[in-house]
Amino acid sequence: MAELMIDAKDVTRNFTISRGMFRGKQQLKAVNGVDLTVERGEVLALVGESGCGKTTLAKVLLGLLPQTSGTVELCGQPINDVPRLALARTIQPIFQDPYSSLNPRKTIGSIIALPMKVQGIADQDSMRRRVEETMDLVGLPPRLYDAFPNQLSGGQRQRVAIARALVNRPQIVVCDEPTSALDVSVQSQILNLLNDLRNELNLTYIIISHNLAVVEHIATRVAVMYLGRIVEIADTDTLFKDPQHPYTRALLDSVLTPDPNMGIPNNQLGASYPNPIDPPTGCSFHPRCVNAMPHCATVAPNGKADGGHYVECHLYDDAS
Amino acid sequence: MSEINGKTLESQTKSSVFRRRVFGHQGVMIGAAIVLAAVLIALSAPLIAPHDPYYQDLLNRLVPPVWDSRGSWEHILGTDHLGRDYLSRLIYGARISLLIGVGAALISGLIGTVLGVAAGYFGGRVDMVVTFMITVRLSMPVVLVALAVVAIVGGSLQVVIMVLGFLLWDRFAVVMRSSTLQIRSMDYVAAAQAVGCSTTRILTTEIMPNVVNNLIVIATLEIAHAIILEAALSFLGLGVQPPLPSWGLMVSEGKDMMLFEPWLITIPGVALFLLVLAINLLGDGARDITAPENRN
Repeated sequence: MAELMIDAKDVTRNFTISRGMFRGKQQLKAVNGVDLTVERGEVLALVGESGCGKTTLAKVLLGLLPQTSGTVELCGQPINDVPRLALARTIQPIFQDPYSSLNPRKTIGSIIALPMKVQGIADQDSMRRRVEETMDLVGLPPRLYDAFPNQLSGGQRQRVAIARALVNRPQIVVCDEPTSALDVSVQSQILNLLNDLRNELNLTYIIISHNLAVVEHIATRVAVMYLGRIVEIADTDTLFKDPQHPYTRALLDSVLTPDPNMGIPNNQLGASYPNPIDPPTGCSFHPRCVNAMPHCATVAPNGKADGGHYVECHLYDDAS
Repeated sequence: MSEINGKTLESQTKSSVFRRRVFGHQGVMIGAAIVLAAVLIALSAPLIAPHDPYYQDLLNRLVPPVWDSRGSWEHILGTDHLGRDYLSRLIYGARISLLIGVGAALISGLIGTVLGVAAGYFGGRVDMVVTFMITVRLSMPVVLVALAVVAIVGGSLQVVIMVLGFLLWDRFAVVMRSSTLQIRSMDYVAAAQAVGCSTTRILTTEIMPNVVNNLIVIATLEIAHAIILEAALSFLGLGVQPPLPSWGLMVSEGKDMMLFEPWLITIPGVALFLLVLAINLLGDGARDITAPENRN
């Protein structure tokens, strides 16, 4: 049995929404009771449409947002008890937009050196050596050490962001849409780089994406999120071959084909995304579900795990 | 670009682009020249002033400037109603104006930046309190409050600097708050948090360097604002007290003789106008030069 890197149990994160002075406040459940485990060396992809809570979940795992309830254990330790610097050594983020993730006033060298400076573990010389080593690792030429971010291309910037995340050799890297802001030609370079680094440094990835091609290419396991809940988790092969949850099927159907004559796929989802402040009763997916049954609107489905394949839908409930 | 020269070439172009932008901007050049001249004159006042600005020569009262037929080279800009050399008073007055402008801008800049950055960065309750303070401050008319305070405490150079410093921070706070809000949402701030940076470190190394150009622009505008307000307070007799040679005070002392000896008002008036215009040109230019749309 592989070592558990992340063990999240029933994680909930609420945001308080003020609806004006006299109308009181409301809770938005961005992440609503998520159970998630990630083993060492795994690449877990979180997929789902915009606003389903992927990024919030990632921020909770990174310790940037405290969870409202539930527990997150990082390498067996509750995340709230881990000191800030130790947490930073274990888990690091890579952000979506390389144009906003690098401070325009700092040189590439000092951006990559920041995590080491904060940890206070190295002197100037060894820091510079380590930065150049890491730049080499991610494929950045050493002459960029004194350059500023605005002198770099999008792909190079993303490499800088990866170098900053990896310079202290963390064990887990959370990539929030690592390629969606890049050109298609650069996307594959970055994905291959992430893959190589994973083998080289024995990293564990959590990758957030809504690009299913990326997910199929890089992930070992996929978790599908809908309205703050994980509705299906399975190995990548299983999920793409045998999607069970109607929402997963709709997601897979929505992938565009390179042939323009095929038209835009009809994913049968119809109605727009529900308001997360006021989620539907019962199964939160029922208003858009093609397989909806009468009791879907009233009873929330229980999850059913079959080996590594977890699905949360009344179609697979034993009780129904 | 060759690999070996890559670094020096890049840094050269960066600084030369900046230099070209500064020297190509007429407003900045004119403003900088006048401000620099005023600062030099103020610093070297004892060396270049032809007379003691406080020396009264009652036999030579109201001598007109040299371009008047009754003027003489002894008093290039003439003398005032107590026979004091007007040029010397003007030169020493530059010290007062710049001191008050810079002093008030420093105090208000400190208050406004701390409040604005705190509001923008922490948000929530802090933001609510700061926004309320800004609203309260904006609802107080500056001149009226300054008049009341000076009338109670008594006018002096220090009091004027303090009063203006504590009254002019609103624009600093508003601008710093909004630019901090904007920078705070950037991913590099989140990255710094994830890396384990302390809040102080994030504020000083991630936020401040990215908002400091706005700060400089506001500071120049507020220096000009403070100089004008000082002149206004001194004109009303509630600012710098005689016999200190403030430009506003010189206008005030000359106003009784305005119809017959108009230079008593026009000379310090033109000096004030030029200095404030120059500082505003400089601030405007600083904004143009550092504006992101101008960046390659």
